[in-house]
Amino acid sequence: MTATTVSPTTGTDGTAAFRARRPARPIPAARLVKVELRKMFDTRSGFWMLLSIGVLSVVATGAVIIFAPDEAVTYESFATAIGLPMSVILPMIAILGVTSEWSQRSGLTTFTLVPGRGRVIGAKATATFLVGVVSMAVAFAVGALGNLAGSALAGVDTVWDISLSTAPQIVLGNLVGMAIGFTLGVVLRNSAAAIVGYFVVSLVLPGILALLAQLREWFSDVQPWIDWNYTQVTLFDGATNTGREWAMLASTTAIWIVLPLTVGLLFLRRSEVK
Amino acid sequence: MITVESLTRRYAGFTAVDNVSFTARPGRVTGFLGPNGAGKSTTMRVMVGLTAPTSGSATIHGVRFADLPNPGLEVGVLLDASAQHAGRTGREILSVAADTMGLPRTRIDEMLELVSLTPNEARRRVRNYSLGMRQRLGIATALLGDPRVLILDEPANGLDPAGIRWMRDLLRGYADRGGTVLLSSHLLHEIEVIADDLVVIGNGRIVASGTKEELLAAAGTLARSTAPRDLAHALEQAGIASVLAGDGSVRTDADPARVGAVALAAGVALTELRSAEGAGLEDMFLSLTADTQREGVAA
Repeated sequence: MTATTVSPTTGTDGTAAFRARRPARPIPAARLVKVELRKMFDTRSGFWMLLSIGVLSVVATGAVIIFAPDEAVTYESFATAIGLPMSVILPMIAILGVTSEWSQRSGLTTFTLVPGRGRVIGAKATATFLVGVVSMAVAFAVGALGNLAGSALAGVDTVWDISLSTAPQIVLGNLVGMAIGFTLGVVLRNSAAAIVGYFVVSLVLPGILALLAQLREWFSDVQPWIDWNYTQVTLFDGATNTGREWAMLASTTAIWIVLPLTVGLLFLRRSEVK
Repeated sequence: MITVESLTRRYAGFTAVDNVSFTARPGRVTGFLGPNGAGKSTTMRVMVGLTAPTSGSATIHGVRFADLPNPGLEVGVLLDASAQHAGRTGREILSVAADTMGLPRTRIDEMLELVSLTPNEARRRVRNYSLGMRQRLGIATALLGDPRVLILDEPANGLDPAGIRWMRDLLRGYADRGGTVLLSSHLLHEIEVIADDLVVIGNGRIVASGTKEELLAAAGTLARSTAPRDLAHALEQAGIASVLAGDGSVRTDADPARVGAVALAAGVALTELRSAEGAGLEDMFLSLTADTQREGVAA
């Protein structure tokens, strides 16, 4: 590196005035979403996270074609095989999108360029939502291709056993998982803690609640209203149909997403960025 | 123009910044000095809205930083060169900042050239950058929006001698164009060379502020003579208090012209006569912050 002296503006005169001020306009929200989308995938980990969704979809599809017995070569088998890795990776993307600002300390720059932290988090939420929807679309497409190829190879009829009403529920189920991850990111603001937290609430907690439901009968009635895994699995099965089931989903969403996210945002906006 | 008024930031059990007021004016480089933990960085974080003040305010051209519509175009900020996502390349970090501010991509190459980061270096991930390179990247980010105010925390850290010279010329030129520069440092020599105004902080309070000339003039005069005792005596006769140091130098608060006149009248030959500026800033710094120094250095 050589040190040179160049004046910050292109003017050669060292005493040149600053260029005429543009009328300062607030940063549009769409631009913030674009920037946040870019930030989700411009690092090596972000890039591989995104790529792994595509790669694992193809691997899962291939595995179904190779290992599934002929009668199981149906669209649902493909969707289930692809859905499992997706339901793990998507929440991780949601978590890291938020926590990296603190764990990697890039928030120091982010929040000086955009002091409205609520706006930044809103842009992150929108970007996360878009990634979720597009990833799901890709997964459904890969699964459809796999189903066509698999049934042709096995010489069986192509079975489309996921109804148009079920597919949106599966998408919603994954979005719930991402929202849980996002919430943990906002509340904990630390990558490692949020990832561990996610596995606790998605793997450990369901077991405890199931055990509790077995031991205390009254709890089995309460569980669907407070266990977000319970309502998420119902979504994955495409079985959220009655008003009561939707109310259960609303209840778990309020408890596990809306409430902690609101509190987390309050703290996040007032907290010190170091 | 940066205006800090009665700024206080209290944490549980201790006050990091205590009723701090000062201004950094356009066309001047303002040096912000203080021992470790004196409250420099906290004050700077409050200025850019990363930390909420307990009371008081900090404004940029009369506006709170958080109320600036697009702050990157008004204020260039470098608080910690290492506070970047280590997995991004240097160019990517500038791209994200340029996109946020709504600047054209051509600006990125201009900035990379300005801070002397080669295209190859810009393609590397920040994880592999030396501190000096991160510092250059941080300066590039701060200057990206061509802001009229710069707030830099320890910008010379990790720079090589050529880099320090470059930074000094850059900031000087910046202030000469009418920009406002506030920089903190504990490299006293750096500050002494570059700053026009000084703000000294210790234990969260301002202990001195003013132009460099005013503050250093208070440090007085240093004279040497072949007969130091005679010189000290002559000064005493003339009603000027002086201190005869062990190395044979005579220090006094009077200005050099007066000391010279006294020596001439007394017939004492001087071998050296100058304002005690050489060690002035360091002396001033140590005496002003003596109470707050960890080492308990006596001035």
